[in-house]
Amino acid sequence: MTGFGRFVAEAAGAGGLVVQPRMGFGSAGTMRRGLAAVRDSGTLAVGTITLDSYTRVGSHDTARAALAAGDHLNGYPIVAYPVDTTRGVIDGIAANGFPVQVRHGSALPQDIIASSIAAGLYATEGGPLSYCLPYSRVPVSEAVRAWQESCRLLADLQETGAEPHLESFGGCMLGQLCPPSLLVAISVLEGLFFQRHGVRSVSLSYAQQTHPEQDAEAITALRTLAGQHLDGDWHVVVYTYMGVYPRTPHGATALLAEAARLAVRTGAARLIVKTVAEAHRIPTIAENVAALRIAHEAARTARPTESTLDTGILAEARALVDAVLMLDDDLGAALVLAVGMGYLDVPYCLHPDNPGRTRAFVDRAGHLRWSRLGALPLRGIADAGGDHDATSAGLLHALSHVERRFDDAAIEEAALPLG
Amino acid sequence: MREENPGLDVVVTSLASDAHTWNLVYLQLVLEELGHRVVNLGACVPDSLLVTECVRRAPDLVLVSSVNGHGYHDGLRVIAALRARLSGTAIVIGGKLGTDGVDGVRERAAQLVAAGYDAVFEDGTGMAAFRAFLARLRPGVRV
Repeated sequence: MTGFGRFVAEAAGAGGLVVQPRMGFGSAGTMRRGLAAVRDSGTLAVGTITLDSYTRVGSHDTARAALAAGDHLNGYPIVAYPVDTTRGVIDGIAANGFPVQVRHGSALPQDIIASSIAAGLYATEGGPLSYCLPYSRVPVSEAVRAWQESCRLLADLQETGAEPHLESFGGCMLGQLCPPSLLVAISVLEGLFFQRHGVRSVSLSYAQQTHPEQDAEAITALRTLAGQHLDGDWHVVVYTYMGVYPRTPHGATALLAEAARLAVRTGAARLIVKTVAEAHRIPTIAENVAALRIAHEAARTARPTESTLDTGILAEARALVDAVLMLDDDLGAALVLAVGMGYLDVPYCLHPDNPGRTRAFVDRAGHLRWSRLGALPLRGIADAGGDHDATSAGLLHALSHVERRFDDAAIEEAALPLG
Repeated sequence: MREENPGLDVVVTSLASDAHTWNLVYLQLVLEELGHRVVNLGACVPDSLLVTECVRRAPDLVLVSSVNGHGYHDGLRVIAALRARLSGTAIVIGGKLGTDGVDGVRERAAQLVAAGYDAVFEDGTGMAAFRAFLARLRPGVRV
């Protein structure tokens, strides 16, 4: 079977943007129907099996009990199901022209990766920081060990001729209010971590933030640093906005289309989409397919354009990456040290290991900026400060900045007397 | 107002399977601005840790917030363990508690109250109702 990375590279070589849902269902039958619908969506799609949150935290007995009781799960419990069930889900669907990736969110993913491999699924995502700090209370040192083991499980497959693929989730980090330079730095560091632990085919992520020009600058910086630090097969994946999502169908659609254009403009190879249902509940198969088509169409109208903006994202990201790499020759040890010393410190992250001394805000122009640098090695490189409101109302305002921009535009458009 | 109200000790927490934290960060700021003292347990709090921390800290209020759709099930499971050790503490739950959006809100709330929560605040009217509940709460006293 053609590997995930090669499929994306071939699509990108032909000028197409690969689109991908974040779809997962507790029922094996629904999961199979969902994958088939994505494959048959008429877009350049790869499939996704998103796991449920019991599986994410390793509560496989709870997931089994929920299945037995017929309760709804918010994703596919790949460890709780027998391997034959998962083989049945992908049989005849996951194939050369349609690679499938497992998306999970686990800081300790060894059992998830083992279950995926057993079923024949060799592409997944996450990372020792990106799936530890935002979503778990696992110590960073333990997550680093878990991801070293996970890389080994995947890298061993290469001896059989398979092409496992690992995507860093580092471009997300709580979805919003993490300044672009830190997203870029964590993505690069995790991609490098994967490659140093033997996984040759990797991707680096960046989640759409508050301003399209700032995002374009950030993705350009990400590609520059990736080119300097990574070997072999790598590509960039853009995530459609991961924060508070627009509630109106018009607003949700416009934000998705903007993400697709951003991906094409910046030379990213793949886009993870979001649906019109995102703000309300777990999306249906039909809503996922509709989102893939919207993204596919929007991508066709965009062209690669060089970003010439330089507000300092590349310099900041490079300073962060270089400072972390200087800490230890063993990148895993360097990551643990970097978090401990506050060289990597994610704003508003409640993880017990995260120093929690940095803050960020959305400025009047809509740019995401630092307000407190903590111990980040960015003195003299990044500006911190500016006029902002650090109250609960101010936080809510910042968190809903994108939602309001797109929903307000949708409501104004609907209110125009002549349409 | 502030002089009359000595403020409450509040534990803000997620549930075992819920990794979301913006809700927790926001609720902490809201509570602190109202003069309360907050311990924020963060994401993916296992049942045993939640019970241990609540017993150790003896708060006036435990605020459980969950938005991943498993809150109803996880919340039902953990309240029995909490009530076994904290019979007199105000314990409330809110957020998005089911996977089906607004369907089933009333039934869920009734079940959760029957199981031992003092109040349930689902998305939509949640914050306004929670502020009203908070205004009636006094240290050491369940509403």
